[in-house]
Amino acid sequence: MRIFASLLSLLFLAAPVSAQTGPDIFPPDIEKQAREIGRGLRCVVCRSQSIEDSDADLAGDMRLLVRRRLVAGDSPEEVMEYVRDRYGDYVLLRPPVQPNTWALWAGPFLVLIMFFIFLWRRVSTRPDDRAAP
Amino acid sequence: MVPEFMKGFLPLVVFAGIVGALALGLTRDPRILPSELINKPFPEFELSDLHNADATLTKDVLGDRVSLVNVFGSWCMACVQEHPKLMELSGSGVNIIGINWRDSRSKGLQWLDTHGNPYARVIYDPYSRLAIDLGITGAPETFVVDRDGNIRYRHVGIVSDDVWKTRLRPAIEQIKAQS
Repeated sequence: MRIFASLLSLLFLAAPVSAQTGPDIFPPDIEKQAREIGRGLRCVVCRSQSIEDSDADLAGDMRLLVRRRLVAGDSPEEVMEYVRDRYGDYVLLRPPVQPNTWALWAGPFLVLIMFFIFLWRRVSTRPDDRAAP
Repeated sequence: MVPEFMKGFLPLVVFAGIVGALALGLTRDPRILPSELINKPFPEFELSDLHNADATLTKDVLGDRVSLVNVFGSWCMACVQEHPKLMELSGSGVNIIGINWRDSRSKGLQWLDTHGNPYARVIYDPYSRLAIDLGITGAPETFVVDRDGNIRYRHVGIVSDDVWKTRLRPAIEQIKAQS
């Protein structure tokens, strides 16, 4: 029974190890940088996931590309730019602030300001309404 | 700020504006992403020939002629639908280069055996090396490349009769008229 239990525990040890042995293993610092970059890149076939989160084949190939570019000496910004040059702004999960996204970034704040103006007008006119019999 | 008589209509105007913006959004196909590569050089690559694992293909495979570059895979259902059109085009002398994307060599070759081979050459790209450089999101996709190796048009989806007549052929004719 004890032998069975220890064999079983060995089996649990084996799973994560085998999951890590692939053809491409990268140094920890590259891996860390690559994950950070990957979380900001959209998986272009699944749309709402980052390439780090997605199981799609293309996302896997893109993860590999990010790591290869880092190994080749690209900075994280250069890697982002490389992918953006090919897939466009769409591939960036965080929209950049640029003329065609100004409305997107400023919109919520404008709505908030309009709400406060509306509120202020409401509050400041109320006493007059009450004064009228 | 707003004329008195219009005040009651303000919510209606805002509502109409939102409806208008959303209606405009509905007319767009979300699968079509703008291509970053129009009028840019076709990317450099070094990949093997699907028909010969030992042969390395580079951008030279395009030659100095106008080509269609078509992305396909044996797993791609829509590729079967456009295939007869590609066969017809290659029969009438259009130079078509294939990219066998995310496929196994044996399945790719078998698929071409079954459906016919319209391609002058097939680039084998199992790990999306060239596909990512082309900004590809799915198959089939077809590029029109000019004599100087620049991408001039990109079509996402099936090459139908209609797509050929209204998009690809005009793009090719425009290139030919320029040179």
